[in-house]
Amino acid sequence: MRDVAIIGIGETEFGELWNKSFREIGIEAGFKAIEDAGITSQQIDALYIGNMSAGKFIEQEHVAPLVADYSGLADMHLPAVRVEAAGASGGVALATGYMAVASGMYNIVIVGGAEKMTDVGDTQALQILSATADQEWESVFGATFPSLYAMMARRHMHVYGTTRENLAAVAVKNHRNGSLNPNAQYRREISMEMVLNAPPVATPLGMFDCAPLSDGGAAVVLCPMDRAKKFTDTPIQILGSGIATDTLALHNRRDICTMDATVIAGKRALHQAKRTPKDVKVAEVHDNFTIAEIMAVEDLRFFEKGKGGAATEEGLTALNGEVSVNTSGGLKARGQPVGATGVAQAIEIVRQLRGEADKRQVDDATTGLIHNVGGTGATAVVHILERGD
Amino acid sequence: MAIPRFWRETPSRYNLFASKCGNCGEVHFPPRSVCPSCHRKSIGRMKSIKLCGSGKILSYSVVHDAPEDFEMQKPYIIAIIEMKDGVRLTAPIIDCDECDIDIGLEVEASFRKLGQEGKAGVIHYGYKFRPLNTTPPEK
Repeated sequence: MRDVAIIGIGETEFGELWNKSFREIGIEAGFKAIEDAGITSQQIDALYIGNMSAGKFIEQEHVAPLVADYSGLADMHLPAVRVEAAGASGGVALATGYMAVASGMYNIVIVGGAEKMTDVGDTQALQILSATADQEWESVFGATFPSLYAMMARRHMHVYGTTRENLAAVAVKNHRNGSLNPNAQYRREISMEMVLNAPPVATPLGMFDCAPLSDGGAAVVLCPMDRAKKFTDTPIQILGSGIATDTLALHNRRDICTMDATVIAGKRALHQAKRTPKDVKVAEVHDNFTIAEIMAVEDLRFFEKGKGGAATEEGLTALNGEVSVNTSGGLKARGQPVGATGVAQAIEIVRQLRGEADKRQVDDATTGLIHNVGGTGATAVVHILERGD
Repeated sequence: MAIPRFWRETPSRYNLFASKCGNCGEVHFPPRSVCPSCHRKSIGRMKSIKLCGSGKILSYSVVHDAPEDFEMQKPYIIAIIEMKDGVRLTAPIIDCDECDIDIGLEVEASFRKLGQEGKAGVIHYGYKFRPLNTTPPEK
């Protein structure tokens, strides 16, 4: 297997992009990544696009050739493949592109992710997101996506003594980081009181415990490590890539306070990279709800099970803490255009490792980790990145 | 949702029919055709059994932001229930005040209306759960 590097990154603004269509979002991210890599469109061998539900959000399936077409690449007849794994679509697209280059099948691969969520109303968007849970045995009975995470939170509080303030501390921290990220959807700090007093969505979670609905796209360019230096002085190597799955329904899990898929995907990626959780200095983890980040920092073994909430409130995951978590603002503040998320996470880690993260730069950013989750944890994908120069 | 799609699941939604592995005895709900413990050895040996219908709450949430079909019911309680038979399922909790619900509360299944296809469409029925040994409050 060949070593693989990320040589280019590009993303759109995240937010309510009323004036941009799905195809425009996909193209903008892709072209920025190509420009950053210094390659020409003619050099591209294949395209992978993470997208969760264009069929439901914009009534358009078959989006991979669509993006290739409107990028002006139809004449090249590129292999263009859509990858779907709910919220982990972007991360699994990255893993798929990584495999394509590592295997020797392709040399230059674009991995993109895009979602256009604001062409439907909020209630409909909630229903579409809930479709990533078990439709027949969860959603039919009225379980919404936030309520499933709320049940993880309630149980976590019951078993480990995690507090409402611990949960709120995740949102406060991620908004603080988001305020330092010019591409974030929310660039305003929020207080603990605002989180605690926000209207309930599904108790114990309130409005500020939930990531927003967003439009946005993100793309990275991959190539074999031994050719990366031709394109950039700071190639970022993908040292490890792990995907894991679990039961679709939350109630069938071994333990609803642990995402076994995260535990396993993390172990697989770290094992391949020959690194330990202690080596990781900066991480983008899947914080679609505040409880999700607390469980992630435990399941990725940054902190002992049950201690993730207290560690967050103590500031151990803040910028330049023990491990800097979600320096981009995370899904909470950067925004959550579902299919784009996993790729946007990779972009943030690339910026950190290149030393281009400006006001939110982590001092000793040597090893970075990306963690992307689908549904309530039926899919998890973890990547380990380091500088390759 | 198309009628057959709901109709196919009625044995389990109406009467809590589960499957029991003929090889290891493990019970699964909803029914499975392959036992996750025995794999190939279980194929063709899965038996249908009926759950006892009671259990206790493992976790719950009060839903305030609801999908369109549940708009009229909000706020409502949704819970993961650990059944006496050892399986877990997700269901709404009824006949229970928000302040009375707690982890560990014993509940039993009750046959209720789950939803309806539009204003004049087919009504879907299935299980909801209510606190054990309590009578519903008078209207």
